[in-house]
Amino acid sequence: MSKLLSTIISGKQVKVSHIQESSLKPKLLEMGLVAGKEICILFKAPFGDPIAIDVQGYVLSLRLDEAKLIEVEEV
Amino acid sequence: MKIALLGNPNTGKSSVFNLLTGLRQQVGNFPGVTVEKKYGEIHVGGNSHSIIDFPGTYSIYPRSKDERVVFDVLSDSNHIDFPDCAIVVIDASNLERNLFLFTQIYDLKIPIILVLNMSDIAHNQRKTISTVALEELFPSTQVVETTARIGIGKERLLHAIQNVPKENKPIRFLPDSKICSIDDLLCQEKEANDRFTLISNIIEQIEQKSPIKEESQTSKIDRILVHPILGYVIFAGILLLIFQFIYAFAAIPMDFIDTTFSDFSGWLSEILPVGLFSDLISQGIVPGIGGVVVFVPQIALLFFFIALLEETGYLARVVFIMDRIMRPLGLNGKSVVPLISSVACAIPGIMAARTISDWKERMITVLVAPLMSCSARIPVYTLLIALVIPNERILGIFNLQGLVLFGLYALGLVSALTIAALLKFLIKTKEKGFLLLELPSYKSPRWGNIGITVLEKVKLFVGDAGKIILAISIILWAMATFGPSDKMEIAAKQAKDSAKQQHLDEDAAARMISSTKLENSYIGILGKTIEPVIQPLGYDWKIGISLITSFAAREVFVGSLATIYAVQEDGGGNKRLIDRMRAETKKDGTKVYSIASGTSLMVFYVFAMQCMATLAVVRRETSSWKWPLIQLLFMGILAYFGAWITYLLLI
Repeated sequence: MSKLLSTIISGKQVKVSHIQESSLKPKLLEMGLVAGKEICILFKAPFGDPIAIDVQGYVLSLRLDEAKLIEVEEV
Repeated sequence: MKIALLGNPNTGKSSVFNLLTGLRQQVGNFPGVTVEKKYGEIHVGGNSHSIIDFPGTYSIYPRSKDERVVFDVLSDSNHIDFPDCAIVVIDASNLERNLFLFTQIYDLKIPIILVLNMSDIAHNQRKTISTVALEELFPSTQVVETTARIGIGKERLLHAIQNVPKENKPIRFLPDSKICSIDDLLCQEKEANDRFTLISNIIEQIEQKSPIKEESQTSKIDRILVHPILGYVIFAGILLLIFQFIYAFAAIPMDFIDTTFSDFSGWLSEILPVGLFSDLISQGIVPGIGGVVVFVPQIALLFFFIALLEETGYLARVVFIMDRIMRPLGLNGKSVVPLISSVACAIPGIMAARTISDWKERMITVLVAPLMSCSARIPVYTLLIALVIPNERILGIFNLQGLVLFGLYALGLVSALTIAALLKFLIKTKEKGFLLLELPSYKSPRWGNIGITVLEKVKLFVGDAGKIILAISIILWAMATFGPSDKMEIAAKQAKDSAKQQHLDEDAAARMISSTKLENSYIGILGKTIEPVIQPLGYDWKIGISLITSFAAREVFVGSLATIYAVQEDGGGNKRLIDRMRAETKKDGTKVYSIASGTSLMVFYVFAMQCMATLAVVRRETSSWKWPLIQLLFMGILAYFGAWITYLLLI
């Protein structure tokens, strides 16, 4: 059951399953968000947007708009 | 040999660059584009090589204008900056993502040196990385381990540079890889997936992770610094502290520079033979140079703090907590840095807006940045505040002069944000903005890097803005000294006669004559021409002159008044500018600089686009005259009506 990264709560460990088609797709892949990658939501900015995620070794921040492009599944 | 220095952001790439070049580095532009190009010379083994520090990127495919230059240079072997050798800096704490860019460059078949930079985090993670495995996996690559932060590894790196092979024909890491075109997203997606698959296959041969996973220092600090309430309180506190520092500490060297130049110019006019040439030196050139040097302390201090925030990793957190707030205004979390930098000077601020990849957000940032009160306004503000605002305390704690200064900064900020929100609806665009920003781990700052940044900014200011300020000072002196010849002579003769009739002493007579001469000089004529336009704002023709001349740069206002009054005081005492201004009266005996006219002037300076250098930068950044002209117009309208309303309210 895949969900969008934008709906995941802080502290949860998830796995990238798919990136939706968009002009940002290559950029998200290049940042290491390839299918199968385990990521974890570390914290969210005040107002819940943007969010900061741990991408196995570094912290990436992105807006909810970008997080909506990332489909994840629970591990 | 041409060497390209490449790597992800936050890998210690600039530390490696500073390690190699030290103070022998220069800043220019890549040909045809406005992206900053840092380059330097290294001499090793009797050869000298040029090294270019490219912007930090995650991929050779760009996502902003700044990053585009990496693609442009690397994809075109005929490009003037195409390297003979690439040094790719890799942060040992994040091998996988760093190897992505490395393998892209490796597959270009350029001779390559891999710099494995051991950051503090990598040390803390107790990672062991096998350089032997790296050299086996990437044949003909030299792997050099450095800890650039504390300067370890320079000799090894220089040794590697000496041993760069003439040619490099390795087997590609990604077989059959070719460079995708910039618009071919599918090709780039495939490449990214393929590369990461290959990298994940080899990663275990290279690094051994320590199995212990503990919460890092960084996430502990982050819980406080990006806290919904504390985060903002701390950010506001840091800003307040920075401005306190700048205000308190810049004043000391500034006063010193001010008095030194004024004494020097006085001394020169005494020892030099009387004549046009010595006047040019003592009244044009020396005060002109003084007017440039006086800003160095503030610019140095501000960039010291900005560099410090950037070095420690805090600046990325500022972007993170400000992004949501800036978005409704058509801005971006990344707009915060350009806007804050504009408090020092809009020119570096506007240039810093290049990191915003979205065109519309970038354009809005560029257009409103000059509304932030820059340091060039400080001399105007401080002079006028000291002149017309009483030094009183309000509610026992607040100094009225300080409050007015705060109010001027607040007015600039509020109007910048309001105009941004308006522009959001006025500027049309198809693309949507995005934010993909790495939050680097907190590091203790590298003071050497900060020092080099400060030096670089000061050099840029003295070199670019300094030339304009000096040139204007000299033109100003000439315009105040010469005039339509008969008219000036007749007026001077009349003044002489009337001084004789009134039995004035020698000093007073000389003052009267030079004052009359000034009124009839080119500059006086120009000031008088615009007097009817600016009279409703409470200004006279002398202020008019200074308004015209400060279109070159705002701080020229003060220098220009100094020149006007110094010329006027020729033969008189060497009173300080503020005393001369305080004594100025209109024909009816009231003061020229009252609370109403003084405050109106300050408001005028909050809004007006009085800086040719900023306009030139905006022209360069937007590649058209349309945007700087729009900016000039809307800021001019704001200034005139803002000042007019202020004058009417206070009179």
